[in-house]
Amino acid sequence: MSPHSDYNYRVVKQFAIMTVVWGIVGMAVGVLIAAQMAWPVLNFDIPWLTFGRLRPLHTNAVIFAFGGSALFACSYYVVQRTCSVRLISDKLAAFTFWGWQLVIVLAAITLPLGITSSKEYAELEWPIDILITLVWVAYAIVFFGTITRRKIPHIYVANWFFGGFILTIAVLHVVNSAAIPVSMTKSYSAFAGVQDAMVQWWYGHNAVGFFLTAGFLGIMYYFIPKQAERPVYSYRLSVVHFWALVFTYIWAGPHHLHYTALPDWAQSIGMVFSLILLAPSWGGMINGIMTLSGAWEKLRSDPILKFLIVSVSFYGMSTFEGPMMSIKTVNALSHYTDWTIGHVHSGALGWVGFISIGAMYYLIPRLFNRDLYSIKLAETHFWVATIGIVLYITAMWISGVMQGLMWRAVNPDGTLTYSFVESVQASHPYYVVRFIGGCMYLGGMLLMAYNIWRTIFDSSERATTGSPVTA
Amino acid sequence: MADFASDFWHWFIAIVSLVSILVLFPFIYLNRGKPNEGKSETMGHVWDDDLEEYNNPLPGWWFNLFLITLFFGLGYLLLYPGLGKFEGMLNWSSTGQYHQEIEAAKSQYDPIYERYAAIDIVDLSQDLDAMKTGARLFINYCSTCHGSDARGSKGFPNLQDHDWLYGSDPAQIKTSILDGRTGIMPPWEAVIGKEGSINLAHYVLELGGRDHEAALAEKGAVQYGQLCVGCHMPDGTGNPALGAPNLTDRIWLYGGSLETIAQSIEIGRSGVMPAHRDFLGENRVHLLAAYVYSLSQEYEQE
Repeated sequence: MSPHSDYNYRVVKQFAIMTVVWGIVGMAVGVLIAAQMAWPVLNFDIPWLTFGRLRPLHTNAVIFAFGGSALFACSYYVVQRTCSVRLISDKLAAFTFWGWQLVIVLAAITLPLGITSSKEYAELEWPIDILITLVWVAYAIVFFGTITRRKIPHIYVANWFFGGFILTIAVLHVVNSAAIPVSMTKSYSAFAGVQDAMVQWWYGHNAVGFFLTAGFLGIMYYFIPKQAERPVYSYRLSVVHFWALVFTYIWAGPHHLHYTALPDWAQSIGMVFSLILLAPSWGGMINGIMTLSGAWEKLRSDPILKFLIVSVSFYGMSTFEGPMMSIKTVNALSHYTDWTIGHVHSGALGWVGFISIGAMYYLIPRLFNRDLYSIKLAETHFWVATIGIVLYITAMWISGVMQGLMWRAVNPDGTLTYSFVESVQASHPYYVVRFIGGCMYLGGMLLMAYNIWRTIFDSSERATTGSPVTA
Repeated sequence: MADFASDFWHWFIAIVSLVSILVLFPFIYLNRGKPNEGKSETMGHVWDDDLEEYNNPLPGWWFNLFLITLFFGLGYLLLYPGLGKFEGMLNWSSTGQYHQEIEAAKSQYDPIYERYAAIDIVDLSQDLDAMKTGARLFINYCSTCHGSDARGSKGFPNLQDHDWLYGSDPAQIKTSILDGRTGIMPPWEAVIGKEGSINLAHYVLELGGRDHEAALAEKGAVQYGQLCVGCHMPDGTGNPALGAPNLTDRIWLYGGSLETIAQSIEIGRSGVMPAHRDFLGENRVHLLAAYVYSLSQEYEQE
């Protein structure tokens, strides 16, 4: 087994720290725009602060800056430790770090300026898209190169998921971002009309499926068995749900375009595969939760395990909700309402956020060879954030279902019962609750930042039993 | 179906979709694993000192859940369009559903509006039930511009003030809604310059009997006689046939301050009321006209 010092922890540390930093930035922007929904005056009539410009900044920051940094950090850490070999190139790894940070900074500059391709979750203009492609190719070389030099014959399950995520995101990004530039800051999509919409949502849903699901399942498959100190529940299940998941996800995009100009046959196929996706998704949840069987009592005292397991529970919940919402008749009610926002955030705050937070609490003390400064503070973080999520998603469920019902309500004379603005007014209290939930989640992240700061700078060295060398 | 450029694509979609679902049956069946009677054994691989894997069989309930979704998928694609140009046994289509719902709504609601359409607008405006429906139509189709209280906004006329750009007659109101209106005030800056606009604005103030600088208004009067009388009339009372506003009342569509009046003269204005004939149909417009008419009647009684 390679000694501790043989691994490239520098790049892992960098990405891990930036996960916390970008998490706070991205979520703070989220809280601001949530406040704007409740109190529109908060855009101060400044164009750079308007909802339309900050919303893509929020989504890009939490998905690609926070989530992306977590994925880089965990995949680099896991691939080294489970292959017992150092990353093949420190320089390329450093390039992925600095390149990715540059992408994020460019996003933070261009999006508030209104420079956007207007493709959801792919708003960045073409020069930044090219930079992303270069970073991604370097990432793939580092990751797969390291796999090929592994000293252990079998490839650990977490690495399949990381690998699937890296490959698919490359294909999605290149195809969806294909565009014809007219200037440095403006380009037009290579696709037109409903084809453009279909390519966009083929990309959009698989950004969820591969970036936010497969990649984070990779994190789950390493950190849950490690923290629980139990073997993974079922190798067989991991094989079956891995292949079923990556195979089925790629079909599900059309459910974003129900009752639109997209031909009926494409909508049906999208809906059918979205429903079939339920079992493959739940395979991951089962493997995560059942890994803990025989060690349930650890949940009581271990906040890191709490984050990880509650994360997988939210994963199970939102992957049940997703297929349900893809059914046409349900979608007719839920589409364009806050229900969608609630669904996304039970996945984003619950699943992606919690698994990343749990992984960082595990990872950062080990990387710096310290004990976590305060377990109690992490425990507080867990409860504050959990209550925040519950407030957020219940507010959006109620608001969303209410909007859907108000929009379709008809009087006996055939007129609409409510005007649009009445549904906006009715949503106001829920926007306030959502804002409070968001504040709590952000507050939890600030607790984490403090805890991590103290861990790195003035906590004691780790006791030998917990050192990364022997752990 | 026009969705497919050739039969090849129809078969491509149909076969790939079907095979993709069918192949999942043997995939999960063959990988099911045998029950291990409570004894879990690890695979024997170890990563990173202590990472191991059990090889438990697929949970039965999960396996069955998977099967249910697969059967549901096959059933759905048999009944609904999905496999290329095969239209499904139920013959359902989203356009078909749309037309069905529209037809149902027409047969249910049209008689209500046909009844109202037969009643004279003035009489209809006294009918409380009709006015309730009229108010609902107004809230959904008109309030975006004219406001929920129908008092308008800058550039969007107040409908409660009994001042009418195109005439107060019920028939004229109905025509405004049915066919829309386009009110054009041409820009004059190129002709008379900024200074000329200000002079003219002073004269407009004079027409309305408001405070103004007499010397400037005198200059403006000359230009008024040349440029403005055609639409706004010599006395400034306007012309409903053209939608030219009365300049002597205290009602201003774009604002009545000296600066705003001068701006209206300089850059011109273009107000558009969209046509609703095709969108709402004549019967609903008839009811809306009665409702809008009723608004200004209430105002006069107050």
